[in-house]
Amino acid sequence: MTQLILVAIITGILSGAVYALMASGLTLIFGVMEIINIAQGALVILGAYLSYVLQDKFHVDLFAGLLLTMPVMFLLGVVIEIVLIRPLKRDRTMLSILVTFAIALIIEGILGAVFGTNYVQLHSWYIDSTVQIGSFYLSYIYIFGFVLSLILLGLLYLLLYRTKFGFGLRASMQNRTAAELIGIDVERVSAITFGIGVALAAAGGMAYGATSAFNPASHLDLISRLLVIIILGGMGSMKGAPIAALVMLVIEDVTSVVWSPLWANTVFFAILVIILLVRPRGLFGQLESRKQ
Amino acid sequence: MKITQVFGLLVLLALAVGFPFIFPSPAITTVAVFTVLFAAATTGWNIFSGYTGYIALGHAAYFGIGSYAIALMCQAWKIPGGYSPFLVVPIAGLIAAAFAVPFGWIALRTRRHAFIVITIATFFIMQLMAFNLRSITEGSAGMSLPLLPASWTGSFFNVPFYYMALAILLLALITSWWVRNSKYGLGLLAIRDDEDRALGLGVRTAPFKLVAFIISAFFVGMVGALHAYFIGSIFPAFAFDALFDVVVALMAFLGGIGTLAGPILGALILEPTQQYFTIRFSNNGYYLIIYGILFLVIILLLPEGVVPTLQKFWSRVKAQGTNEKNKTLDAEMRAQGGSGLGTTKEKKEGMDL
Repeated sequence: MTQLILVAIITGILSGAVYALMASGLTLIFGVMEIINIAQGALVILGAYLSYVLQDKFHVDLFAGLLLTMPVMFLLGVVIEIVLIRPLKRDRTMLSILVTFAIALIIEGILGAVFGTNYVQLHSWYIDSTVQIGSFYLSYIYIFGFVLSLILLGLLYLLLYRTKFGFGLRASMQNRTAAELIGIDVERVSAITFGIGVALAAAGGMAYGATSAFNPASHLDLISRLLVIIILGGMGSMKGAPIAALVMLVIEDVTSVVWSPLWANTVFFAILVIILLVRPRGLFGQLESRKQ
Repeated sequence: MKITQVFGLLVLLALAVGFPFIFPSPAITTVAVFTVLFAAATTGWNIFSGYTGYIALGHAAYFGIGSYAIALMCQAWKIPGGYSPFLVVPIAGLIAAAFAVPFGWIALRTRRHAFIVITIATFFIMQLMAFNLRSITEGSAGMSLPLLPASWTGSFFNVPFYYMALAILLLALITSWWVRNSKYGLGLLAIRDDEDRALGLGVRTAPFKLVAFIISAFFVGMVGALHAYFIGSIFPAFAFDALFDVVVALMAFLGGIGTLAGPILGALILEPTQQYFTIRFSNNGYYLIIYGILFLVIILLLPEGVVPTLQKFWSRVKAQGTNEKNKTLDAEMRAQGGSGLGTTKEKKEGMDL
């Protein structure tokens, strides 16, 4: 039993990193633009399908395929921001939810029309072969996905904290108006941020599709988890999202071993509610400032 | 002026009541039932979200709770099909309202953005419960409601549901009107405009918001219950439907959020359109794409909503007349005059007249 729990913790951490990747994109977009991207789940699934097509039709390796899908998804994100998000002037947060939900529906509809509603899963040697840990076997993809997430999150960290663009982005996060006043092109920063968030969704989608079967409707389940992760971490907190993702996945995996996979999500939700009772802003969130 | 507007309202009411006799075709009355149900749900939703400015995107949770409540009660008390399940509908609404107490309390501890996300999360929790609590909800196998009596066939089938839905809508509308014109409603609007200042001026913001939240959950729960009985069976994925969350908000936005007539107008426009697209395109799955595009078009072209837009036009027309706006407007027009998101500007316009 102890070993099972230990293994559950390990898989929780490994797959938690993938969720950290997807949630970071979501919380980054919220932090800079104050919009909640409901389409993040659908974009993850879109990324998974893009990897699937590249591998199935063109025999491109999943990780090599990311070199193609991530820039494409980045551009898609920039286009979505410019065409659909930027025109929203008043009630941005609320209207952006409706807009991004509409985008999610459109993506789901298109994927359904192209691929049908059957579940698919990605395949590769590192998905189908396993490594032995103690008396337990673990697919290589968990480790590869973990490393991929660490690398991408590391790059994101470098971008945010070590480049001039990153300074502008963090300034926009702290105070949009003030950032504009000191000469930061917040509109441009927003478009690029949205692109980065979507590109991270593409990478997360590949890792997600490699570890679990998915169909076009999977995005609803995914976005509910991602939303919960970013509330737990504190909305807009870049530090909170990865930590909350790890906490969530570890709790889930441990619960499914100790109790039942059926209740894994529920336990996590219960913990979320308790934490919100004590700390409404989430683990690392900041108090929402007064409406100007 | 007042008499003509009361007269106008009476005509509208008569039209609503007489609708099944004017258009007896079952295909049309089915759409009418759904439309009135959505109008009632949106009006209920608007009492909380429209007046306080807190956007709740998890009301499908209360819709689903209402659905399951009526199914469970009919099962437990062996209620036969016919008119008697209608009596249980308000109880189902109360049950949904009871669930809204703890959920609302937790969610309302946070401010706007986090609140939206938490309401969405609440919805997913309840959906998960419906799937997992198999001993109560029978999981994904779903539940069925009492069979309808054999006499309810043909063009009569929809009629009882239509009037029950209309009754819920009228109750919601009267509540919404009352809230809008009471001191309580003024407190809610103050919360929408500046919550901290309202608190400073002595509005007890926390209980105010919670009560509005519970009222809206009550109406949405009743709609869910009637909807379940109308459909005849419920499944977790359809009783707790993420699309409902967004559709209700979209209807309110389309008509004019925070206004009295807006939610109804939004439902009148959107629900028949949706039904049409669903029937027309449900076979090939394109309807999701069409919904999505429809949503985008509405939000990008009409971000303010129909009623506030009309209201601006109306006040411009009235500026040429001699009527005293504030005194003579009846309920519906008053709601249009003093609300909507550009509140202060429109109020000033009204005073200048």
